[in-house]
Amino acid sequence: MKEEIIIAGFGGQGVLSMGKILAYCAIMQDMEVTWMPSYGPEMRGGTANVCVIISDKKISSPIVTKYDTVIALNQQSLDKFEASVKPGGLLIYDPNGINNPPTRTDIKICRIDAINVAAQVGNSKVYNMAVMGAFLKMKPIISFENIDKGLAKCIPARYADLISLNKAAIEEGMNAVEEI
Amino acid sequence: MAEKILMKGNEAIAISAIRNGADGYFGYPITPQSEVMETLMKERPWLTTGMVVLQAESETSSINMVYGGACCGKKVMTSSSSPGISLMCEGISYLAGAELPCVVVNCQRGGPGLGTIQASQSDYNQCVKGGGHGDYNAIVLAPASAQDMYDHVDLGFDLAFKYRTPVIILADGIIGQMMEKVELREEKPRMTAEQIREIAPWATTGKPKDRQYNVITSLAMESDVHEKFNQKLGAKYAQIRENEVRYETYMADDAEYIFVAFGCSSRICEAVVDILREEGIKAGLLRPVTLFPFPTVKLAELSEKVKSMMSIELNMGQMVDDVRLAVNGKCPVGFYGRQGGNIFTPEEIVAEFKKFNNLK
Repeated sequence: MKEEIIIAGFGGQGVLSMGKILAYCAIMQDMEVTWMPSYGPEMRGGTANVCVIISDKKISSPIVTKYDTVIALNQQSLDKFEASVKPGGLLIYDPNGINNPPTRTDIKICRIDAINVAAQVGNSKVYNMAVMGAFLKMKPIISFENIDKGLAKCIPARYADLISLNKAAIEEGMNAVEEI
Repeated sequence: MAEKILMKGNEAIAISAIRNGADGYFGYPITPQSEVMETLMKERPWLTTGMVVLQAESETSSINMVYGGACCGKKVMTSSSSPGISLMCEGISYLAGAELPCVVVNCQRGGPGLGTIQASQSDYNQCVKGGGHGDYNAIVLAPASAQDMYDHVDLGFDLAFKYRTPVIILADGIIGQMMEKVELREEKPRMTAEQIREIAPWATTGKPKDRQYNVITSLAMESDVHEKFNQKLGAKYAQIRENEVRYETYMADDAEYIFVAFGCSSRICEAVVDILREEGIKAGLLRPVTLFPFPTVKLAELSEKVKSMMSIELNMGQMVDDVRLAVNGKCPVGFYGRQGGNIFTPEEIVAEFKKFNNLK
């Protein structure tokens, strides 16, 4: 099993931390991971992305140009990365603020209205966990038990009360994702 | 099994320094290595192990603080990225000349000049061939993962004290910024004053009654004295070449084609080897872990039985010179590189490899 993912969006959407939580959940499942952020000029322009690779074998190259899954959370990211989904791969996007939706027909495309999910759960900060829920629904590569463990690793003890909120967002994200 | 923690290569450097009993870190921030000092400041080791962490006013200052700490037999280190390492080169030459141990981390970015903040391997010549003036070599380690970053701090201090020489950890923006699983090895406490006197009897730790005072200097005005000193250093470097070569191979035993790559490039070349092997082409990889000393003997041995070698680097072709010297004409040696923070894909290297070897 090897899953190469890129998560891209605006700074502040929790792109990098979603990648980190996903990576930690995979570690709890005893898998190998790499997490490689953008730190260059594109980050200074307000968009952020992180490439996460999860594998049951040692990971050679941490940098890839074609992805099994692209998660695009704004129009710029969708425009930039739609073409880099491997044929037969998965594209997840948040329709909010998207004027030009994806057009490819050789990949699976899913929508997650994560702003709405976060609002329903009651905290806009768990936006990224709604997106992660959508991903894990479509690619159930990590067990619920290990998602719990991964969350516990990433959220500092003083914010332990937020774990249940994050879990709720993941579950609601799983329910809200729609395949197109 | 020890707990594995997800961390950046830069964070691994900082955590490893604290856990391996470093006495001091002196640095100045620069992308892409600023997380080293950020992590140290967050961890506040001065409250636990007593390790000093200080932001100096410049890189020149940092390396000279390292010189001062090293004179006292302390385990001291600094880190920077390419332009900052250029500023430190005078100090590194003085440390080598005064035979002082220290660890310097270079998380490379593109150059020359201010260059780019993106990853690069274009300081190979600077770090391996000198950088500073005079007849010296620093031991150069080339980490290829966050775990290597953690482990090379400890290895670096061991080698630095064993040979009384600066050790450079030559990382890059990718290895520094990337998060991976890191296993925290058993902790080593900081050395006590007695241990320092034992391990570093040359250090300026205060003059006891039973010996002359220690002098630490790189100055020798008399030609004969200085020549002897150069020859002594030369003998030390010969010993390092003899004893400390480290490398890893991947599918190299039966290989007909060898890639040579260090650091993040070696990771990408592993993927290249996998692609070629699937096509039935017997490719293999040699990854130098130490760049000085360079795995010259192993490359010479491989050159007798392969069809060609190719050096893959994120620069315009620097290590390839050392590969050619090692191979000494026994087989063709090719080169492929990318620059400016652009990273080669495995597929791109496969295409260049086929072009070089006239393969379809």
